[in-house]
Amino acid sequence: MLDLKGYGWMLWDGVQVTLSVGVCAMALALVMGLLGAWGKMSKSKAAHTAADTYTTVIRGVPELILILIVYYGTPTLIQGVLESFGNDTIIDINPFLAGSVTIGFIYGAFATEVFRGAFLAIDKGQIEAARAYGMSRSLAFRRILLPQVWRFALPGLGNVWMVLIKATALISVIQLPELLRNADIAARAVRLPFTFYFAASLIYLAITIVSMLALQRAEVWANRGIRRA
Amino acid sequence: MDFDVIIDSIPKLLDGAVLTIEITALSVAIGLAFSIPLALMRVSQNPALWMPVYGYIFYFRGTPLLVQIFLIYYGSGQFREQFEALGIWQYFREPYFCAVLTLTLNTAAYTAEILRGAIRAVSFGEVEAARACGMSRGLLYRRIILPKAFRLALPAYSNEVVFLFQATSLVSIITLLDLTGVARIIVARSFAVYEVYITAGIIYLIVTYGILYIFRKVEHRLSGHLRERAGAVPAIAGKGGIPAGQAAADAIAVR
Repeated sequence: MLDLKGYGWMLWDGVQVTLSVGVCAMALALVMGLLGAWGKMSKSKAAHTAADTYTTVIRGVPELILILIVYYGTPTLIQGVLESFGNDTIIDINPFLAGSVTIGFIYGAFATEVFRGAFLAIDKGQIEAARAYGMSRSLAFRRILLPQVWRFALPGLGNVWMVLIKATALISVIQLPELLRNADIAARAVRLPFTFYFAASLIYLAITIVSMLALQRAEVWANRGIRRA
Repeated sequence: MDFDVIIDSIPKLLDGAVLTIEITALSVAIGLAFSIPLALMRVSQNPALWMPVYGYIFYFRGTPLLVQIFLIYYGSGQFREQFEALGIWQYFREPYFCAVLTLTLNTAAYTAEILRGAIRAVSFGEVEAARACGMSRGLLYRRIILPKAFRLALPAYSNEVVFLFQATSLVSIITLLDLTGVARIIVARSFAVYEVYITAGIIYLIVTYGILYIFRKVEHRLSGHLRERAGAVPAIAGKGGIPAGQAAADAIAVR
């Protein structure tokens, strides 16, 4: 086994931060994904353009650049605005918040495509039937579409989660003590870079494996009411 | 917005973009060359062949690229004496070499997985027909399975190339002056944070959609036999040619 020279607890602390960032980012990604999918399928031209711009920009720009813009760019931007009002304050963003928001925002674009596909997969007749019963559009969305969309979206969202948790490693560049950052500190302290990065990589691998197993079970659960040949 | 900084920074950023494209092209080319034998081993029935490849693909797809870069660039320092004895330490000291090596290993794993899916998606009837014609296994792969698989893999592969292109921004963390690296230096000197990063982001955006455009052209060319001929009467109203690789894109899990 790998000898961590008593620095194992740092990795454990890091895993907790990584998972917290991951969960917060995923929650935001789900919200952004639903909003984005709604925008893409909406008849309103403004909503459609906004959602299209969102997915186009996010998919065309590297995550690292986006993280740097949010973490270093937003405070300067706000300070600049405040300065023009004669207010001289220094603003610092919390790295945890910046990291979760950026990662969530990025993967919201991927979730958008997943949700859009899932909404399109639902039988149109069901919506027509709901409308024929006199349900309003929002009620039909809430009672008919939303409960079913998870079943179709689950494999795609699972994929998004697994890519997202790996992307949290990038937040180490803004000094958040997550798994990779802590592995880095420990590696420098005891001069065993390979040991610690390899240990970190195995932990990421373990998270991936556990997520895959959980996803399989969730898919079985979500499809429990479906007849299969 | 400080427009002077933006205009001053554009030539330097473009220099960085050249390195970014160079690293991408090198890793994509070498990675693709490696991925073909890997994919063939992966679909083999022999456990001695597919199991190691499975482990390799699983490791490189299941861990963050940044960790892989650190593992190879910083991690190699732990084996300095052994590497010096082998005479390869001079390479591992170079961030450029380590960056290309990591990105190549990473993309080879993803590409092998895409190709595996595409090889599996080649319809069995074609394989049977080729066998019935008396083709040997080698000839069958060379003439029937691989050409078909390449075309089926193309949509997913174009995604992979775009991801790799964007992933090269990570090499700035190991001190290389690619597009992101140059942007970080300009920001450190000028404090024009969002101006410079947004300009860099726009360059990435343009190149990304350039890559996608080229792939669309290639796909269009390779799927000529699936489209209806110009001027021919459409057999079924409203149904044009089958979009190439549509089925494969659905069948193959994208990253």
